[in-house]
Amino acid sequence: MSDWIPAIKRSAELMCKSTTDETVYSTCFAGKGDLTYLQWLFQAWGWTLLVALVALAIALILGTIIGVMRTLPNRAVALFGEAWTELFRNIPIVVQLLIWYNVLPEIFTPLKAVPPIVLAFGGLGLFTSARIAQQVKSGINTIPKGQRYAGLAMGLTLAQTYRHVLLPVALRIVAPTLTSESMNIIKNSSVAAAIGVTEMYYFAVQAGEETSMHTTMYLAVTILYFISAFAINRLAGAVEKGTRLPGAVGGAK
Amino acid sequence: MALNLDYSFLTADVVRHNIVPGFEYALQLTLVSAGGGIVLGTFVALMRLSSIPFLRRFATVYVDALRSIPLLMVILWFFLLIPPGFFAAIAGDFGLAHRPEFSAVITFTIFEAAYYSEIMRAGIQSVSRGQVMAGYAVGMTYSQCMRLVVLPQAFRNMLPVLLTQTIVLFQDTSLVYAIGAYDLLKGFQTAGSIYNRTNEMVLLAAVVYFILSFSLSMLVRRLQAKIQIIR
Repeated sequence: MSDWIPAIKRSAELMCKSTTDETVYSTCFAGKGDLTYLQWLFQAWGWTLLVALVALAIALILGTIIGVMRTLPNRAVALFGEAWTELFRNIPIVVQLLIWYNVLPEIFTPLKAVPPIVLAFGGLGLFTSARIAQQVKSGINTIPKGQRYAGLAMGLTLAQTYRHVLLPVALRIVAPTLTSESMNIIKNSSVAAAIGVTEMYYFAVQAGEETSMHTTMYLAVTILYFISAFAINRLAGAVEKGTRLPGAVGGAK
Repeated sequence: MALNLDYSFLTADVVRHNIVPGFEYALQLTLVSAGGGIVLGTFVALMRLSSIPFLRRFATVYVDALRSIPLLMVILWFFLLIPPGFFAAIAGDFGLAHRPEFSAVITFTIFEAAYYSEIMRAGIQSVSRGQVMAGYAVGMTYSQCMRLVVLPQAFRNMLPVLLTQTIVLFQDTSLVYAIGAYDLLKGFQTAGSIYNRTNEMVLLAAVVYFILSFSLSMLVRRLQAKIQIIR
Protein backbone atom coordinates (compact mmCIF):
# COMPACT_ATOMS: atom_id res chain seq x y z
CA MET A 1 0.00 0.00 0.00
CA SER A 2 2.77 2.44 0.93
CA ASP A 3 4.44 2.20 -2.46
CA TRP A 4 1.43 3.58 -4.30
CA ILE A 5 2.68 7.11 -4.66
CA PRO A 6 6.22 6.28 -5.86
CA ALA A 7 4.66 3.67 -8.15
CA ILE A 8 2.59 6.32 -9.87
CA LYS A 9 5.68 8.51 -10.26
CA ARG A 10 7.62 5.66 -11.76
CA SER A 11 4.74 4.84 -14.05
CA ALA A 12 4.66 8.36 -15.42
CA GLU A 13 8.20 7.73 -16.57
CA LEU A 14 7.41 4.26 -17.82
CA MET A 15 4.34 5.34 -19.69
CA CYS A 16 6.35 7.92 -21.59
CA LYS A 17 9.51 5.88 -22.14
CA SER A 18 9.97 3.43 -24.97
CA THR A 19 10.71 -0.05 -23.67
CA THR A 20 12.83 -0.78 -26.77
CA ASP A 21 15.12 2.21 -27.29
CA GLU A 22 14.57 4.08 -24.00
CA THR A 23 13.47 7.26 -25.78
CA VAL A 24 11.58 9.50 -23.36
CA TYR A 25 8.62 11.19 -24.98
CA SER A 26 7.73 14.58 -23.63
CA THR A 27 4.00 14.21 -24.28
CA CYS A 28 3.38 10.67 -23.04
CA PHE A 29 1.92 9.98 -26.45
CA ALA A 30 4.44 8.31 -28.71
CA GLY A 31 4.31 8.72 -32.46
CA LYS A 32 5.28 6.69 -35.51
CA GLY A 33 3.36 3.54 -34.70
CA ASP A 34 4.71 3.32 -31.14
CA LEU A 35 2.31 3.01 -28.30
CA THR A 36 2.90 4.12 -24.72
CA TYR A 37 1.12 2.28 -21.91
CA LEU A 38 -0.89 5.43 -21.34
CA GLN A 39 -2.09 5.41 -24.95
CA TRP A 40 -2.86 1.72 -24.73
CA LEU A 41 -4.84 2.38 -21.56
CA PHE A 42 -6.94 5.01 -23.31
CA GLN A 43 -7.53 2.71 -26.28
CA ALA A 44 -8.63 -0.02 -23.89
CA TRP A 45 -10.97 2.47 -22.21
CA GLY A 46 -12.44 3.20 -25.63
CA TRP A 47 -13.10 -0.51 -26.22
CA THR A 48 -14.72 -0.82 -22.80
CA LEU A 49 -17.06 2.07 -23.54
CA LEU A 50 -17.80 0.79 -27.04
CA VAL A 51 -18.67 -2.71 -25.80
CA ALA A 52 -20.82 -1.30 -23.02
CA LEU A 53 -22.72 1.22 -25.12
CA VAL A 54 -23.43 -1.06 -28.10
CA ALA A 55 -24.47 -3.90 -25.77
CA LEU A 56 -26.67 -1.46 -23.85
CA ALA A 57 -28.40 -0.38 -27.06
CA ILE A 58 -29.03 -4.02 -28.03
CA ALA A 59 -30.21 -4.82 -24.52
CA LEU A 60 -32.62 -1.89 -24.39
CA ILE A 61 -34.23 -2.73 -27.73
CA LEU A 62 -34.41 -6.50 -27.21
CA GLY A 63 -35.30 -6.14 -23.53
CA THR A 64 -38.25 -3.89 -24.32
CA ILE A 65 -39.51 -6.26 -27.03
CA ILE A 66 -39.15 -9.34 -24.84
CA GLY A 67 -40.65 -7.54 -21.86
CA VAL A 68 -43.69 -6.58 -23.95
CA MET A 69 -43.99 -10.13 -25.30
CA ARG A 70 -44.22 -11.47 -21.77
CA THR A 71 -47.31 -9.35 -21.11
CA LEU A 72 -49.15 -10.21 -24.34
CA PRO A 73 -52.35 -12.31 -24.17
CA ASN A 74 -50.95 -14.82 -26.69
CA ARG A 75 -49.69 -17.76 -24.57
CA ALA A 76 -47.05 -18.94 -27.04
CA VAL A 77 -45.53 -15.48 -27.40
CA ALA A 78 -45.54 -14.89 -23.65
CA LEU A 79 -43.94 -18.29 -23.08
CA PHE A 80 -41.20 -17.49 -25.59
CA GLY A 81 -40.50 -14.29 -23.64
CA GLU A 82 -40.35 -16.21 -20.36
CA ALA A 83 -38.02 -18.82 -21.83
CA TRP A 84 -35.73 -16.11 -23.23
CA THR A 85 -35.51 -14.36 -19.87
CA GLU A 86 -34.83 -17.53 -17.89
CA LEU A 87 -32.26 -18.77 -20.41
CA PHE A 88 -30.14 -15.62 -20.42
CA ARG A 89 -30.57 -14.92 -16.71
CA ASN A 90 -29.53 -18.29 -15.34
CA ILE A 91 -26.24 -18.83 -17.16
CA PRO A 92 -23.16 -16.89 -15.98
CA ILE A 93 -22.05 -14.18 -18.40
CA VAL A 94 -18.61 -15.71 -18.94
CA VAL A 95 -20.16 -19.06 -19.95
CA GLN A 96 -22.50 -17.25 -22.35
CA LEU A 97 -19.57 -15.42 -23.93
CA LEU A 98 -17.61 -18.67 -24.27
CA ILE A 99 -20.59 -20.16 -26.12
CA TRP A 100 -20.69 -17.16 -28.46
CA TYR A 101 -16.98 -17.54 -29.03
CA ASN A 102 -16.59 -21.33 -29.30
CA VAL A 103 -19.91 -22.91 -30.17
CA LEU A 104 -21.95 -20.43 -32.22
CA PRO A 105 -19.35 -19.98 -35.00
CA GLU A 106 -19.52 -23.75 -35.52
CA ILE A 107 -23.26 -23.53 -36.12
CA PHE A 108 -23.34 -20.24 -38.03
CA THR A 109 -20.07 -20.33 -39.97
CA PRO A 110 -20.18 -16.64 -41.03
CA LEU A 111 -19.54 -15.80 -37.36
CA LYS A 112 -16.03 -17.26 -37.75
CA ALA A 113 -14.98 -14.17 -39.71
CA VAL A 114 -16.38 -11.80 -37.11
CA PRO A 115 -14.01 -10.10 -34.59
CA PRO A 116 -14.52 -11.06 -30.93
CA ILE A 117 -15.83 -7.63 -30.04
CA VAL A 118 -18.94 -8.23 -32.16
CA LEU A 119 -19.53 -11.48 -30.28
CA ALA A 120 -19.15 -9.50 -27.05
CA PHE A 121 -21.83 -7.03 -28.25
CA GLY A 122 -24.19 -9.94 -28.80
CA GLY A 123 -23.31 -11.87 -25.66
CA LEU A 124 -23.46 -8.94 -23.28
CA GLY A 125 -26.47 -7.45 -25.06
CA LEU A 126 -28.58 -10.61 -24.81
CA PHE A 127 -27.45 -11.27 -21.23
CA THR A 128 -28.59 -7.79 -20.19
CA SER A 129 -31.75 -7.91 -22.31
CA ALA A 130 -33.12 -10.60 -19.97
CA ARG A 131 -32.69 -8.26 -17.00
CA ILE A 132 -34.27 -5.34 -18.81
CA ALA A 133 -37.16 -7.53 -20.02
CA GLN A 134 -37.80 -8.37 -16.38
CA GLN A 135 -38.00 -4.67 -15.48
CA VAL A 136 -40.18 -3.79 -18.48
CA LYS A 137 -42.57 -6.62 -17.70
CA SER A 138 -43.05 -5.53 -14.10
CA GLY A 139 -43.33 -1.92 -15.28
CA ILE A 140 -46.21 -2.84 -17.59
CA ASN A 141 -47.82 -4.95 -14.87
CA THR A 142 -47.86 -2.06 -12.39
CA ILE A 143 -50.18 -0.13 -14.72
CA PRO A 144 -53.80 -0.78 -13.68
CA LYS A 145 -55.48 -3.32 -15.97
CA GLY A 146 -58.28 -0.79 -16.58
CA GLN A 147 -55.98 1.29 -18.78
CA ARG A 148 -55.41 -1.62 -21.13
CA TYR A 149 -59.15 -2.38 -21.27
CA ALA A 150 -59.97 1.29 -21.77
CA GLY A 151 -57.60 1.47 -24.71
CA LEU A 152 -59.06 -1.64 -26.29
CA ALA A 153 -62.64 -0.50 -25.58
CA MET A 154 -61.97 2.75 -27.40
CA GLY A 155 -61.22 0.73 -30.50
CA LEU A 156 -57.45 0.87 -30.39
CA THR A 157 -55.75 -2.26 -31.62
CA LEU A 158 -53.53 -4.13 -29.16
CA ALA A 159 -50.44 -2.62 -30.83
CA GLN A 160 -51.90 0.88 -30.58
CA THR A 161 -52.79 0.32 -26.92
CA TYR A 162 -49.17 -0.58 -26.18
CA ARG A 163 -47.79 2.23 -28.32
CA HIS A 164 -49.99 5.05 -27.03
CA VAL A 165 -51.24 3.95 -23.61
CA LEU A 166 -49.08 1.36 -21.85
CA LEU A 167 -45.49 1.84 -23.00
CA PRO A 168 -45.24 5.64 -22.54
CA VAL A 169 -46.02 5.09 -18.86
CA ALA A 170 -44.29 1.74 -18.32
CA LEU A 171 -40.95 2.80 -19.80
CA ARG A 172 -40.88 5.88 -17.59
CA ILE A 173 -41.65 3.76 -14.54
CA VAL A 174 -38.69 1.48 -15.27
CA ALA A 175 -36.26 4.29 -16.15
CA PRO A 176 -34.61 4.34 -12.68
CA THR A 177 -33.74 0.64 -12.82
CA LEU A 178 -32.23 1.17 -16.26
CA THR A 179 -29.74 3.51 -14.59
CA SER A 180 -28.36 0.68 -12.52
CA GLU A 181 -28.45 -1.71 -15.49
CA SER A 182 -26.31 0.70 -17.50
CA MET A 183 -23.78 0.74 -14.66
CA ASN A 184 -23.86 -3.04 -14.54
CA ILE A 185 -23.10 -3.28 -18.22
CA ILE A 186 -19.92 -1.20 -17.81
CA LYS A 187 -18.81 -3.58 -15.05
CA ASN A 188 -19.83 -6.72 -16.92
CA SER A 189 -17.96 -5.60 -20.04
CA SER A 190 -14.78 -6.58 -18.17
CA VAL A 191 -15.67 -10.22 -18.84
CA ALA A 192 -15.29 -9.62 -22.60
CA ALA A 193 -11.53 -10.00 -22.10
CA ALA A 194 -12.20 -13.72 -21.69
CA ILE A 195 -12.87 -13.96 -25.44
CA GLY A 196 -9.98 -11.68 -26.39
CA VAL A 197 -11.52 -8.21 -26.49
CA THR A 198 -8.68 -5.83 -25.60
CA GLU A 199 -10.67 -3.73 -23.15
CA MET A 200 -9.55 -2.34 -19.79
CA TYR A 201 -9.49 -5.55 -17.75
CA TYR A 202 -7.40 -7.11 -20.51
CA PHE A 203 -5.08 -4.10 -20.32
CA ALA A 204 -4.79 -4.36 -16.52
CA VAL A 205 -3.72 -8.01 -16.67
CA GLN A 206 -1.52 -7.72 -19.74
CA ALA A 207 0.25 -4.46 -18.85
CA GLY A 208 0.61 -5.66 -15.26
CA GLU A 209 2.39 -8.80 -16.48
CA GLU A 210 4.59 -6.97 -18.98
CA THR A 211 5.81 -4.31 -16.56
CA SER A 212 5.44 -6.19 -13.24
CA MET A 213 3.75 -3.03 -11.99
CA HIS A 214 0.41 -4.59 -11.18
CA THR A 215 -0.61 -2.03 -8.59
CA THR A 216 -0.09 0.89 -10.93
CA MET A 217 -1.97 -0.68 -13.81
CA TYR A 218 -4.84 -1.96 -11.64
CA LEU A 219 -5.15 1.44 -10.00
CA ALA A 220 -5.35 3.27 -13.33
CA VAL A 221 -7.96 0.84 -14.67
CA THR A 222 -9.97 0.87 -11.45
CA ILE A 223 -10.12 4.67 -11.51
CA LEU A 224 -11.28 4.66 -15.13
CA TYR A 225 -13.98 2.07 -14.33
CA PHE A 226 -15.06 4.35 -11.50
CA ILE A 227 -15.25 7.36 -13.79
CA SER A 228 -17.09 5.40 -16.50
CA ALA A 229 -19.64 3.96 -14.09
CA PHE A 230 -20.17 7.39 -12.54
CA ALA A 231 -20.52 9.10 -15.92
CA ILE A 232 -22.99 6.59 -17.30
CA ASN A 233 -24.90 6.76 -14.02
CA ARG A 234 -25.22 10.54 -14.39
CA LEU A 235 -26.12 10.25 -18.08
CA ALA A 236 -28.85 7.70 -17.39
CA GLY A 237 -29.97 9.81 -14.45
CA ALA A 238 -30.38 12.82 -16.73
CA VAL A 239 -32.39 10.78 -19.23
CA GLU A 240 -34.52 9.51 -16.37
CA LYS A 241 -35.13 13.04 -15.10
CA GLY A 242 -35.95 14.37 -18.56
CA THR A 243 -38.49 11.65 -19.27
CA ARG A 244 -40.04 11.55 -15.81
CA LEU A 245 -43.81 11.35 -15.84
CA PRO A 246 -45.28 14.72 -14.84
CA GLY A 247 -46.89 14.38 -11.45
CA ALA A 248 -45.04 11.22 -10.45
CA VAL A 249 -42.61 11.70 -7.57
CA GLY A 250 -39.87 9.14 -8.01
CA GLY A 251 -41.60 6.49 -10.06
CA ALA A 252 -42.37 3.18 -8.40
CA LYS A 253 -40.33 0.05 -9.09
CA MET B 1 -22.29 -26.10 -40.34
CA ALA B 2 -23.53 -28.78 -38.02
CA LEU B 3 -22.28 -29.13 -34.51
CA ASN B 4 -20.77 -32.55 -33.90
CA LEU B 5 -21.00 -33.20 -30.21
CA ASP B 6 -19.34 -36.24 -28.73
CA TYR B 7 -19.68 -36.83 -25.02
CA SER B 8 -18.30 -40.39 -25.07
CA PHE B 9 -15.11 -39.31 -23.28
CA LEU B 10 -17.10 -38.15 -20.29
CA THR B 11 -16.82 -41.18 -18.01
CA ALA B 12 -17.60 -41.31 -14.32
CA ASP B 13 -13.86 -41.04 -13.67
CA VAL B 14 -13.56 -37.78 -15.61
CA VAL B 15 -16.52 -36.36 -13.76
CA ARG B 16 -15.11 -37.43 -10.41
CA HIS B 17 -11.58 -36.18 -11.02
CA ASN B 18 -12.18 -32.97 -12.94
CA ILE B 19 -15.68 -31.69 -12.39
CA VAL B 20 -16.72 -32.74 -8.88
CA PRO B 21 -13.81 -30.91 -7.13
CA GLY B 22 -14.74 -27.76 -9.04
CA PHE B 23 -18.39 -28.13 -8.11
CA GLU B 24 -17.53 -28.67 -4.45
CA TYR B 25 -15.36 -25.56 -4.41
CA ALA B 26 -18.03 -23.43 -6.13
CA LEU B 27 -20.51 -24.62 -3.54
CA GLN B 28 -18.15 -23.90 -0.63
CA LEU B 29 -17.31 -20.49 -2.04
CA THR B 30 -21.00 -19.66 -2.44
CA LEU B 31 -22.04 -20.84 1.02
CA VAL B 32 -19.11 -19.41 2.99
CA SER B 33 -19.15 -16.02 1.29
CA ALA B 34 -22.95 -15.82 1.39
CA GLY B 35 -22.91 -16.53 5.14
CA GLY B 36 -19.99 -14.20 5.78
CA GLY B 37 -21.34 -11.59 3.38
CA ILE B 38 -24.76 -11.49 5.05
CA VAL B 39 -23.24 -11.11 8.53
CA LEU B 40 -20.76 -8.44 7.39
CA GLY B 41 -23.44 -6.81 5.23
CA THR B 42 -25.79 -6.56 8.20
CA PHE B 43 -23.12 -4.72 10.18
CA VAL B 44 -22.48 -2.40 7.23
CA ALA B 45 -26.22 -1.74 6.94
CA LEU B 46 -26.41 -0.92 10.65
CA MET B 47 -23.45 1.43 10.23
CA ARG B 48 -25.12 3.06 7.27
CA LEU B 49 -28.25 3.70 9.32
CA SER B 50 -26.31 4.70 12.42
CA SER B 51 -26.52 8.18 13.95
CA ILE B 52 -22.72 8.46 14.11
CA PRO B 53 -21.59 10.42 11.01
CA PHE B 54 -18.22 8.69 10.74
CA LEU B 55 -19.71 5.19 10.64
CA ARG B 56 -22.37 6.33 8.18
CA ARG B 57 -19.79 7.83 5.85
CA PHE B 58 -17.52 4.81 6.09
CA ALA B 59 -20.38 2.43 5.19
CA THR B 60 -21.48 4.63 2.29
CA VAL B 61 -17.99 4.74 0.81
CA TYR B 62 -17.57 0.97 1.33
CA VAL B 63 -20.80 0.15 -0.51
CA ASP B 64 -20.51 2.72 -3.28
CA ALA B 65 -16.87 1.93 -4.00
CA LEU B 66 -17.37 -1.82 -4.28
CA ARG B 67 -20.53 -1.43 -6.31
CA SER B 68 -18.87 0.67 -9.00
CA ILE B 69 -15.87 -1.61 -9.64
CA PRO B 70 -16.16 -4.79 -11.73
CA LEU B 71 -15.94 -7.94 -9.61
CA LEU B 72 -13.11 -9.16 -11.86
CA MET B 73 -10.97 -6.17 -10.84
CA VAL B 74 -11.81 -6.69 -7.16
CA ILE B 75 -10.74 -10.34 -7.46
CA LEU B 76 -7.42 -9.23 -8.98
CA TRP B 77 -6.87 -6.57 -6.31
CA PHE B 78 -7.38 -8.91 -3.38
CA PHE B 79 -5.15 -11.57 -4.89
CA LEU B 80 -2.48 -8.93 -5.40
CA LEU B 81 -2.74 -7.28 -2.01
CA ILE B 82 -3.22 -10.18 0.43
CA PRO B 83 0.29 -11.38 1.28
CA PRO B 84 0.93 -15.14 0.86
CA GLY B 85 1.90 -15.26 4.52
CA PHE B 86 -1.72 -14.64 5.42
CA PHE B 87 -2.85 -17.84 3.71
CA ALA B 88 0.00 -19.74 5.36
CA ALA B 89 -1.15 -18.36 8.70
CA ILE B 90 -4.78 -19.46 8.32
CA ALA B 91 -4.29 -22.83 6.62
CA GLY B 92 -0.58 -23.67 6.55
CA ASP B 93 0.81 -25.37 3.46
CA PHE B 94 -2.70 -26.18 2.29
CA GLY B 95 -3.43 -22.45 2.29
CA LEU B 96 -0.28 -21.68 0.32
CA ALA B 97 -1.09 -24.36 -2.24
CA HIS B 98 -4.63 -23.03 -2.66
CA ARG B 99 -3.98 -19.29 -2.58
CA PRO B 100 -6.45 -18.41 -5.38
CA GLU B 101 -9.22 -20.42 -3.75
CA PHE B 102 -8.75 -18.84 -0.32
CA SER B 103 -8.28 -15.38 -1.79
CA ALA B 104 -11.57 -15.72 -3.69
CA VAL B 105 -13.46 -16.63 -0.50
CA ILE B 106 -12.18 -13.47 1.22
CA THR B 107 -12.88 -11.35 -1.87
CA PHE B 108 -16.42 -12.63 -2.33
CA THR B 109 -17.27 -12.20 1.35
CA ILE B 110 -16.16 -8.58 1.38
CA PHE B 111 -17.51 -7.79 -2.10
CA GLU B 112 -20.93 -9.39 -1.64
CA ALA B 113 -21.28 -7.75 1.78
CA ALA B 114 -21.72 -4.47 -0.12
CA TYR B 115 -24.68 -5.93 -2.02
CA TYR B 116 -26.17 -7.77 0.97
CA SER B 117 -25.90 -4.58 3.04
CA GLU B 118 -28.17 -2.73 0.60
CA ILE B 119 -30.72 -5.53 0.93
CA MET B 120 -30.47 -5.56 4.72
CA ARG B 121 -30.76 -1.77 4.79
CA ALA B 122 -34.05 -2.00 2.91
CA GLY B 123 -35.11 -4.79 5.28
CA ILE B 124 -34.31 -2.78 8.39
CA GLN B 125 -36.16 0.22 6.97
CA SER B 126 -39.17 -1.99 6.25
CA VAL B 127 -39.64 -2.55 9.99
CA SER B 128 -41.86 0.23 11.28
CA ARG B 129 -40.35 2.88 13.55
CA GLY B 130 -42.95 2.18 16.19
CA GLN B 131 -41.34 -1.19 16.85
CA VAL B 132 -37.97 0.39 17.54
CA MET B 133 -39.58 2.93 19.83
CA ALA B 134 -41.53 0.21 21.60
CA GLY B 135 -38.27 -1.67 22.11
CA TYR B 136 -36.60 1.39 23.66
CA ALA B 137 -39.74 2.08 25.70
CA VAL B 138 -39.55 -1.30 27.42
CA GLY B 139 -35.95 -0.53 28.32
CA MET B 140 -34.03 -2.38 25.64
CA THR B 141 -30.57 -1.18 24.68
CA TYR B 142 -29.73 -0.46 21.02
CA SER B 143 -28.14 -3.88 20.56
CA GLN B 144 -31.04 -5.72 22.23
CA CYS B 145 -33.55 -3.80 20.15
CA MET B 146 -31.73 -4.63 16.91
CA ARG B 147 -30.99 -8.23 17.84
CA LEU B 148 -34.37 -9.17 19.28
CA VAL B 149 -36.86 -6.92 17.46
CA VAL B 150 -35.64 -5.37 14.22
CA LEU B 151 -33.15 -7.80 12.63
CA PRO B 152 -35.27 -10.97 12.88
CA GLN B 153 -38.11 -9.21 11.05
CA ALA B 154 -35.80 -7.51 8.56
CA PHE B 155 -34.17 -10.84 7.83
CA ARG B 156 -37.48 -12.62 7.28
CA ASN B 157 -38.87 -9.85 5.07
CA MET B 158 -35.77 -9.89 2.92
CA LEU B 159 -35.14 -13.65 2.83
CA PRO B 160 -36.25 -14.10 -0.81
CA VAL B 161 -34.11 -11.16 -1.96
CA LEU B 162 -31.12 -12.43 0.04
CA LEU B 163 -31.50 -15.85 -1.58
CA THR B 164 -31.85 -14.34 -5.05
CA GLN B 165 -28.62 -12.42 -4.45
CA THR B 166 -27.02 -15.70 -3.36
CA ILE B 167 -27.99 -17.26 -6.71
CA VAL B 168 -26.31 -14.31 -8.43
CA LEU B 169 -23.31 -14.96 -6.18
CA PHE B 170 -23.25 -18.60 -7.28
CA GLN B 171 -23.19 -17.52 -10.92
CA ASP B 172 -20.46 -14.98 -10.14
CA THR B 173 -18.21 -17.70 -8.75
CA SER B 174 -17.47 -18.51 -12.41
CA LEU B 175 -15.42 -15.27 -12.49
CA VAL B 176 -12.61 -16.68 -10.35
CA TYR B 177 -10.94 -17.68 -13.60
CA ALA B 178 -9.23 -14.26 -13.19
CA ILE B 179 -6.87 -15.77 -10.60
CA GLY B 180 -7.05 -19.38 -11.73
CA ALA B 181 -9.04 -20.82 -8.83
CA TYR B 182 -10.43 -24.29 -9.54
CA ASP B 183 -14.19 -23.72 -9.67
CA LEU B 184 -17.01 -25.44 -11.53
CA LEU B 185 -16.28 -23.70 -14.84
CA LYS B 186 -12.58 -24.47 -14.53
CA GLY B 187 -13.48 -28.11 -13.90
CA PHE B 188 -15.39 -28.27 -17.18
CA GLN B 189 -12.65 -26.37 -19.01
CA THR B 190 -9.97 -28.70 -17.69
CA ALA B 191 -11.87 -31.80 -18.78
CA GLY B 192 -12.55 -30.13 -22.12
CA SER B 193 -8.94 -29.28 -22.79
CA ILE B 194 -7.58 -32.69 -21.74
CA TYR B 195 -9.84 -34.46 -24.23
CA ASN B 196 -9.93 -31.58 -26.75
CA ARG B 197 -13.67 -31.25 -26.41
CA THR B 198 -14.11 -27.55 -25.59
CA ASN B 199 -17.51 -27.09 -27.21
CA GLU B 200 -19.06 -30.07 -25.44
CA MET B 201 -17.80 -28.89 -22.06
CA VAL B 202 -18.80 -25.24 -22.51
CA LEU B 203 -22.33 -26.33 -23.43
CA LEU B 204 -22.50 -28.79 -20.54
CA ALA B 205 -21.29 -26.06 -18.16
CA ALA B 206 -24.10 -23.82 -19.40
CA VAL B 207 -26.66 -26.60 -18.86
CA VAL B 208 -25.42 -27.34 -15.33
CA TYR B 209 -25.35 -23.66 -14.30
CA PHE B 210 -28.79 -23.20 -15.83
CA ILE B 211 -30.36 -26.18 -14.06
CA LEU B 212 -28.89 -25.19 -10.69
CA SER B 213 -29.75 -21.47 -10.91
CA PHE B 214 -33.16 -22.03 -12.44
CA SER B 215 -34.32 -24.63 -9.94
CA LEU B 216 -33.01 -22.55 -7.03
CA SER B 217 -34.83 -19.47 -8.30
CA MET B 218 -38.02 -21.54 -8.63
CA LEU B 219 -37.63 -22.56 -4.97
CA VAL B 220 -37.12 -18.92 -4.00
CA ARG B 221 -40.27 -17.98 -5.88
CA ARG B 222 -42.26 -20.59 -3.96
CA LEU B 223 -40.78 -19.42 -0.69
CA GLN B 224 -41.73 -15.85 -1.58
CA ALA B 225 -45.34 -16.86 -2.19
CA LYS B 226 -45.38 -18.64 1.17
CA ILE B 227 -43.92 -15.69 3.07
CA GLN B 228 -46.41 -13.32 1.46
CA ILE B 229 -49.25 -15.37 2.91
CA ILE B 230 -47.72 -15.32 6.40
CA ARG B 231 -47.38 -11.53 6.29
